[in-house]
Amino acid sequence: MIFYIPQDTTALALGSEAVASALQTAGIEPIRNGSRGLFWLEPLLEVETDQGRIAFGPVSAKDIPSIIAALDVDPASHALYQGAVAEIPYLKSQQRLTYARAGLGDPVCLENYQALNGFQGLKKALEMTGQQIVDEVKDSGLRGRGGAAFPAGIKWQTVHDAGASTGADKEPCQKYIVCNADEGDSGTFADRLVMEADPYQLIEGMIIAGLAVGATQGYIYLRSEYPVAHRLLNTAIERATQANFLGDNIQDSGKQFHLEVRLGAGAYICGEETSLLESLEGKRGMVRAKPPLPAIEGLFGKPTVVNNVLTLVAVSSILEQGAATYQNFGMGRSRGTLAIQLAGNIKRGGLIELAFGVTLREIVEDYGQGTYSGRPLRAIQVGGPLGAFLPESQWDTPMDYEAFAAIKAMIGHGGIVVFDDGADMAAQARFAMEFCVVESCGKCTPCRIGSVRGVEVIDRIVANENRDNNLILLHELCDTMEFGSLCAMGGMTPYPVRSALSHFPEDFLIQDATGAGQDAALASSQNVTGSLSGDAAGAAQGEN
Amino acid sequence: MGISQIEQQSISDLVGQYKPLSGGLLPLLHAIQGDLGYVPDAAVPIIAKGLNLSRAEVHGVISFYHDFKTSPVGRHTVQICRAEACQSMGSRELEAHAKQTLGLDYGETTADGAITLEPVYCLGNCACSPSVRIDNDIFARVNGDRFDDLMDGLLNEHASAERSAK
Repeated sequence: MIFYIPQDTTALALGSEAVASALQTAGIEPIRNGSRGLFWLEPLLEVETDQGRIAFGPVSAKDIPSIIAALDVDPASHALYQGAVAEIPYLKSQQRLTYARAGLGDPVCLENYQALNGFQGLKKALEMTGQQIVDEVKDSGLRGRGGAAFPAGIKWQTVHDAGASTGADKEPCQKYIVCNADEGDSGTFADRLVMEADPYQLIEGMIIAGLAVGATQGYIYLRSEYPVAHRLLNTAIERATQANFLGDNIQDSGKQFHLEVRLGAGAYICGEETSLLESLEGKRGMVRAKPPLPAIEGLFGKPTVVNNVLTLVAVSSILEQGAATYQNFGMGRSRGTLAIQLAGNIKRGGLIELAFGVTLREIVEDYGQGTYSGRPLRAIQVGGPLGAFLPESQWDTPMDYEAFAAIKAMIGHGGIVVFDDGADMAAQARFAMEFCVVESCGKCTPCRIGSVRGVEVIDRIVANENRDNNLILLHELCDTMEFGSLCAMGGMTPYPVRSALSHFPEDFLIQDATGAGQDAALASSQNVTGSLSGDAAGAAQGEN
Repeated sequence: MGISQIEQQSISDLVGQYKPLSGGLLPLLHAIQGDLGYVPDAAVPIIAKGLNLSRAEVHGVISFYHDFKTSPVGRHTVQICRAEACQSMGSRELEAHAKQTLGLDYGETTADGAITLEPVYCLGNCACSPSVRIDNDIFARVNGDRFDDLMDGLLNEHASAERSAK
């Protein structure tokens, strides 16, 4: 029998290290796999038996003796028995492309990766021209997974074509592949999970990107809040280099690609691609004006592909399985699968990979099984701290970039944070502004100063100080931030604020005897939200 | 703040080591902080000279990022996640509890130098909130009691280390 106990951040945070020690005490050396992303079951102990791979969870160290005893007699008799891993409905009903390998084995074992079809995409890419690879990615319909959903193939084409004419001295133009692994949105952990459970897939995707556009150097810009991913990525890069998948002569093809992890330093704004590039250059993470696009003048002024982790990872499976296979998943212009991250006050949180088009309600009710607290659901925030708070009337919206844009919300990086009826939406709106105060890079006045004023105005509204005028002021301030900021930080902080105001106006009223003010708050918020225009998300943030 | 000759030398060595790296200022600052626990003011001119930057540029980078500290911190850094997913699971109460029981506000260190308390915005552990990071370890589903247990662990570890030193 082979035992598996995960070593990803969430499993470790729930005590998987102690479980591993308990197994060792019992004379069993477990394989430290990645997580399947079924976080409500972590630490999830898996055992390869004659009857296949079965699971127990959530386990703690004290359960180990009884599990070992049960394995000899009847595993199903144990209270924590979850049956065959692949048959757990939460997992079985998913459409896993990106996370197909997650949790199967030791994430940094190169042989394991290759045995599970790893580096097959790279093998094909090595026999193709750059343009052929770019065409394959275009045909797949893959859109950037960082939030802005820009077609990946178009971005690659720009970088592929850039610098081609400057070869007067016959020196190829230096280009870069930059992986945005600064996953700072609350409620998101999809990048972390893939980096911790299947890091070679990211490495493979980056090498393919390099071959496609003619870049020889890649950087993974990783947030410093992810120490486990940092360790595993570095180990994986070291082993991939030793095995000649990285370096000056990849698999004796004569092609080269080098890869390095660079650590961020605790700045949310560095998830914005131009700020990230500044940071990679060793500077303050100040947002750049666009144009020039990073695809033309990116890192150190050179043509640069900046893609989110999931975008680059998807490229491995697109090359391996073909663009058509990927294209077959999804709806409308949103092709492929979406890594949905179910988080917050939820009974069964975790990673759910599904084709685009599933509704929010199906995710939260069928997969999530309601709140962790057992209290009624109240609000759902999708897309991180810059995403709108959605009331129940909007939970039937399908997960599709366009459908979300139509209700002035965004899918962003696919994070879903659930709040129960104890949530104070005025406090959440205030926090959105407060977060912007802390994390604004400071370049645009509406973002830097507007957020400070936003906190003050919300405080005055909640304190019933000249309420009606302050509500008008708050909306005007939101307009100024939305239209006067270079990037999504200032441009979209108004989204959670306005959605909280228009869908949960009762939270902005102090308990007064008369109940007066409620109508005014409602009327005012509806008036002004009505004028909120278009897709600031796409306009503000050209990220990934 | 003054630093010793040894510290100065170690900073100079690191500057030399990271100088060839393109855009190497952040990795260098991480390395200095990894060595000394913070980036002393006295490091600024050494870095500026070594990397051919102005002191203002170096200072600007250090002050931009939340991670870089310019004065010594406690032996353990305890970070409480303030982001939305953790808020939905009661991190505001946890935050208040932590500040009260440790007698610290964010950015402060206990008198015995054991613990520095800091906010953090998301540890990527959002399905099992609230989350707390202690040095390089992350803990899930931390309520007030669990927080107290974790802090007792840190304080006791120090006390027993002192006992065995005597």
